[in-house]
Amino acid sequence: MYTFSNRLKIGSFIAMGLGLICLAIGFVSAPATVEEAKAMVAASHDDGHGGGHAEEAGHEEGGQEAHGATAHDEGHDASHDEHLLHQLQNRPWAALYVAAFFFFMIALGVLAFYAVQRAAQAGWSPLLFRVMEGITAYIVPGGIIVFVILVLSVMHMNHMFVWMDAETVAHDKLLQGKAGYLNPTFFLVRAAIFLGGWIFYREYSRKLSLAQDQSDDNSNFVKNFRWSAAFLVFYLITESMMSWDWIMSLDPHWFSTLFGWYVFASMFVSGITVIAMIAIYLKSKGYLEDVNDSHIHDLAKFMFGISIFWTYLWFAQFMLIWYANIPEEVTYFVARLQDYKLPFFTMFAMNFIFPLLLLMNSDYKRVNWFVVMTGIVLLLGHYLDVFNMVMPATVGDQWYFGIPEIGGILFFGGLFVYWVFNTLTKAPLQPKRNPFIEESRQFHY
Amino acid sequence: MASKVIQALYNDDDVLMHAVKKVRAAHHHIEEVYTPFPVHGLDKAMGLEHTRIAITSFMYGCLGLTVAIVMMNYIMIDDWPQDIGGKPSFSYMENMPAFVPIMFEMTVFFAAHLMVITFYLRSRMWPFKKAENPDKRTTDDHFLMEIGVHDNEKELADLLWETGAVEINVTEKES
Repeated sequence: MYTFSNRLKIGSFIAMGLGLICLAIGFVSAPATVEEAKAMVAASHDDGHGGGHAEEAGHEEGGQEAHGATAHDEGHDASHDEHLLHQLQNRPWAALYVAAFFFFMIALGVLAFYAVQRAAQAGWSPLLFRVMEGITAYIVPGGIIVFVILVLSVMHMNHMFVWMDAETVAHDKLLQGKAGYLNPTFFLVRAAIFLGGWIFYREYSRKLSLAQDQSDDNSNFVKNFRWSAAFLVFYLITESMMSWDWIMSLDPHWFSTLFGWYVFASMFVSGITVIAMIAIYLKSKGYLEDVNDSHIHDLAKFMFGISIFWTYLWFAQFMLIWYANIPEEVTYFVARLQDYKLPFFTMFAMNFIFPLLLLMNSDYKRVNWFVVMTGIVLLLGHYLDVFNMVMPATVGDQWYFGIPEIGGILFFGGLFVYWVFNTLTKAPLQPKRNPFIEESRQFHY
Repeated sequence: MASKVIQALYNDDDVLMHAVKKVRAAHHHIEEVYTPFPVHGLDKAMGLEHTRIAITSFMYGCLGLTVAIVMMNYIMIDDWPQDIGGKPSFSYMENMPAFVPIMFEMTVFFAAHLMVITFYLRSRMWPFKKAENPDKRTTDDHFLMEIGVHDNEKELADLLWETGAVEINVTEKES
């Protein structure tokens, strides 16, 4: 049995506390009125911060001269100012949402990996099943928090999802056309179904997994195999729809067919990385004696392979849109390349070039600290990936990586660590009666 | 290489593995082992060095990537930068996404083909090459271990019979 080390527990509480404070600062310092918002932007101009804004200002002046009609300009300015206010108000919300989704997505990615291992009857991984079950436990609190954020968005506490604003939809033919799918009630019902299905599979599979240890036949194992196969079908459909709902609908005018797989690759690789890191941590503390370097090697191969799969999807999406350059699609990347150049390309380097070069060598994949270091870079890279998906649609060019963002990571990171390691104490770390456990113990590459 | 060799035949890969370990423990140099299929762990038991073919493959891949970049840069950017459907041919970076499929394929092409050719050269395999097969049965169901003889034929034979050999021959090595 694993005992939660006190230092880790206290560390996770401190992270949660600090994170909450940072998030609170973010919410308090968000502007409440248009005047405040303008003052904030002006102040940041003085810092020499928004180099890009000078152009914007010039553009406005030019517009005034050309139009001449002051009434129109006032209206335009007012709507522009309100837009700015909404962006600045969105910032703490978006920081909260990115972090909440990122850690939830890790747990969901691990759940998918776990189901794959069970459905494929993999012989090497049963030793790691309890670690995976520990990580997927976070799906319950993490999923509920994401759901609450979505409910608050529907209740107009923020302006993250434009299509939730009835007035905007009234003036937008495109959004009216999508209202059959993108309407608040159906949106929440769908989210509840996705989360309900995932949480049900997680809890039921865990129950069967624990029952298998106590039973004297393999009926629980067989049941778990069937449920895992069924879950994978459910998961592939719901994960795709979830990515349209929770991420793509932030840019409701834009659409991409492979977006669901792209988000899937991101969560899958983050999940596998976290499995490897937690397994290495537990092993270093002497809790997973039978896990050897070959298991870590296999996980590192998955990290390497899925990183490249992620890049393949990222590039396939980018290149098709860049090549055809159809205005209604390309705005998505124009916004990212203009205002998010640094996070956009940093993410690419961290998620592709870094693991490509570091995890290519077979020997390096067996060096534990090497896998952990690469894992940290990969996780930061995939945080940036979610950041790049959410931020341009919610805060636009007003993004900044500051207190609310760090607070989000700290809070959800702390909660994740606390919840996962707390679950790990609930059951023995090595399954007893899994039919493949002996093969897994002997696994050697 | 000794001109006279002793050849021990086995009919089980497990027995062969133990025999290899025993012979190595007795400090005899195993010149060659012939098997009908890859025996997992045999290279380790024989103490063979790791292959470096993956490293050559990586270098060939880098070469392929360089060839693709230099070629596309020369053709599309330097030599005749035409406007083809509005694609920006001003610099390589600006039009790079369009070249990535070629860069990728060339990397894989060079890495794969040059590695295979390296493998053929290093293992001396080519069409019309005379098969180096001491006993036809080693292509079907027998395993053969070959050890050089240096005036110790009797001692070697005794050792090999002990390891479970089914047949032992002493022959003059050709070439």
